[in-house]
Amino acid sequence: MNLAVKDIKHNVGRFMLTTVGIGLLLMIVMGMSGIYRGLIVEATLLIDHIGADLWVVQSDTRGPFAEISRIPRSMKDRVLAVPGVSRTRSFVSHTIQREHHGHPLRVVVQGLSWPEDKGEWIPLISGRYLSKGHYEMIADKSLGLELGEKLALGKDTYEVVGLTKGMVGSGGDGLGFFTVSDALSIQFDQPGEALRLERAARRERIASADLGRLQPSLVKRAAGLSSSIPALSPQAVNAVLVSVEPGCCPEKVISVLSKWPDISVYTTGQQRQLLLAGMVDKARRQIGLFRILLVIISMIIMALVIYTLTMDKIHDIAMLKLIGARNRVIVGLIMQQSVLTGLLGYLLAYWLGSYAFPKFPRQVIIENQDLLALAVVVLMISVGASLLGVWKAVKVEPNKVLAA
Amino acid sequence: MSDEVMKAPAIAAINLTKVYGSGNTEVIALNDVSLTVGRREIVALLGPSGAGKSTLLTAVGLINPPTSGRIEIGGRAVLEGERALVDLRKFRRENLGFVFQKANLIPFLSAVENVQVAMEINDVRPRQARKRAMDLLEYLGVSDRTGNLPDALSGGQQQRVAVARALANNPMLILADEPTAALDSFRGRQVMELFRKVAHEHDAGVIVVTHDQRSLDVFDRIVEMEDGRLRPHKEAQVAGH
Ligand SMILES: Nc1ncnc2c1ncn2[C@@H]1O[C@H](COP(=O)(O)OP(=O)(O)O)[C@@H](O)[C@H]1O
Ligand SMILES: [Mg+2]
Repeated sequence: MNLAVKDIKHNVGRFMLTTVGIGLLLMIVMGMSGIYRGLIVEATLLIDHIGADLWVVQSDTRGPFAEISRIPRSMKDRVLAVPGVSRTRSFVSHTIQREHHGHPLRVVVQGLSWPEDKGEWIPLISGRYLSKGHYEMIADKSLGLELGEKLALGKDTYEVVGLTKGMVGSGGDGLGFFTVSDALSIQFDQPGEALRLERAARRERIASADLGRLQPSLVKRAAGLSSSIPALSPQAVNAVLVSVEPGCCPEKVISVLSKWPDISVYTTGQQRQLLLAGMVDKARRQIGLFRILLVIISMIIMALVIYTLTMDKIHDIAMLKLIGARNRVIVGLIMQQSVLTGLLGYLLAYWLGSYAFPKFPRQVIIENQDLLALAVVVLMISVGASLLGVWKAVKVEPNKVLAA
Repeated sequence: MSDEVMKAPAIAAINLTKVYGSGNTEVIALNDVSLTVGRREIVALLGPSGAGKSTLLTAVGLINPPTSGRIEIGGRAVLEGERALVDLRKFRRENLGFVFQKANLIPFLSAVENVQVAMEINDVRPRQARKRAMDLLEYLGVSDRTGNLPDALSGGQQQRVAVARALANNPMLILADEPTAALDSFRGRQVMELFRKVAHEHDAGVIVVTHDQRSLDVFDRIVEMEDGRLRPHKEAQVAGH
């Protein structure tokens, strides 16, 4: 006969209520580790999918995920000339926030190095890859855009030709893929007035300089299009993605590139590491502390409930001792109830979580190893929570029965 | 069991003294009390309230050790003053049965489970324990309420379940402290007669603290306490045969 179960049946309401409370707390603990896992997966999604071996970034920067990195557009062609390099792509990425149908729309504008990269590596759920050098985009479902929908960004309008699912940036905003030149014109879009003022300023500067006075044609030139002034550099990209020839060792390419003073080079692993160390680490500590707090709270609540349940039957426990029950019977009674509460709470947490977590705005990823770790923690806090009650029960004298 | 042990008295309490508290609040509840109860003997313990009857009963019941003196049960020394000479809890579950004024049943166990648990903690297999528990309850006339929780039983029924629990492990010594105080006189007498039957048929020694003058004829011997001392009961000789 199992005394713990018999007592629980007798106290079913209180036991259930405790279990539900513990279950909800554990669900939050479970969700927190899931949020952390989701954070990592979302942050590294692009690096993991884009399929580069090496990342060439602005010298002495940690790359586009850590800080601003600018390198000239021509870098792509310089790197391609290095022996062992099979393919290079320009990488452009920045986040914009615009109004769309009256709601704020945050898009990570991601440049594809057209025509080498049409987006074939992107997992589409519908539509197609880019087929033109301009005015097309692949959008993530989370942006709420439909296939064929037209989106005005800057002075141009882009048509959604493909859709992805779950492709988000490190901030959780949906990715929108454009060609590099479209991405740049979205990034550097300026209103007409700003362009006019910029041209006028250029004109003033040259007109008041010696050079302008000697060569009046330059003054005329300065007031024209930026792209027709050879002295002005074209817009910069953020990084160059390098693919190494199969069979060739990336170390050789790295040793060549690392001698170039105007760039830094990282492997994909290093780039990933930099990203995680930089932005995810604080979130990890924050979430970790929160989880520890919640675990402690769960333990205190369990300890209190188990203690009250034990004190409620301290007279019965004394009677069991009086008729000769071993301490094992008494400790078992209390500890089994505690462990059962923890275990059922855990199962409830898992069950509720399987409904709740998919509805969260950002990914919540429950990994088996996290589940296992939490199970061990729950077991430990269940045993820990019962200690106060166990201590009281072991201490009670059998002749307490008579003092009623 | 050897003859030696069979011949030994169920209980021999020798020069028991129990002092509660100290200094101003000191109470001498047992003052050099010696009492021997044989097997197949049922003894009534009478005396006014505060005489020390419960103290004596709990001392020989190994739940309230005396300040000094010696307790032998079944010929075996178990307590020397406050010092235990055996595992007291093991000794209690194997050899002793208790009944108190209140039934003290476990509220979350049914009637039959309350009897069963006493045997299960004494390592009797659950099935066997259940069967014997049912038999005992039938014997005590509560076979129709075996599945009920104590709350659903009348005071008399609860007390009979408690008696069944006390008998469950075939104890050598049964200790009952005013077991019939909560029962009507008919039920009370029934329980007393049951104790007599158990004593005589199962070789047990029984000590019953009682105030019930009408049932005294059930007992083999009557002893009386006053102010922590034991003395023979005067009418006892008359009440006997
Ligand atoms: N736990 C205790 N602490 C202090 N004094 C006690 C305790 N138990 C009993 N006494 C005292 O010991 C004396 C005997 O009590 P008890 O054995 O209960 O008597 P009875 O059962 O004959 O009424 C009384 O004076 C009582 O007040
Ligand atoms: Mg008393």
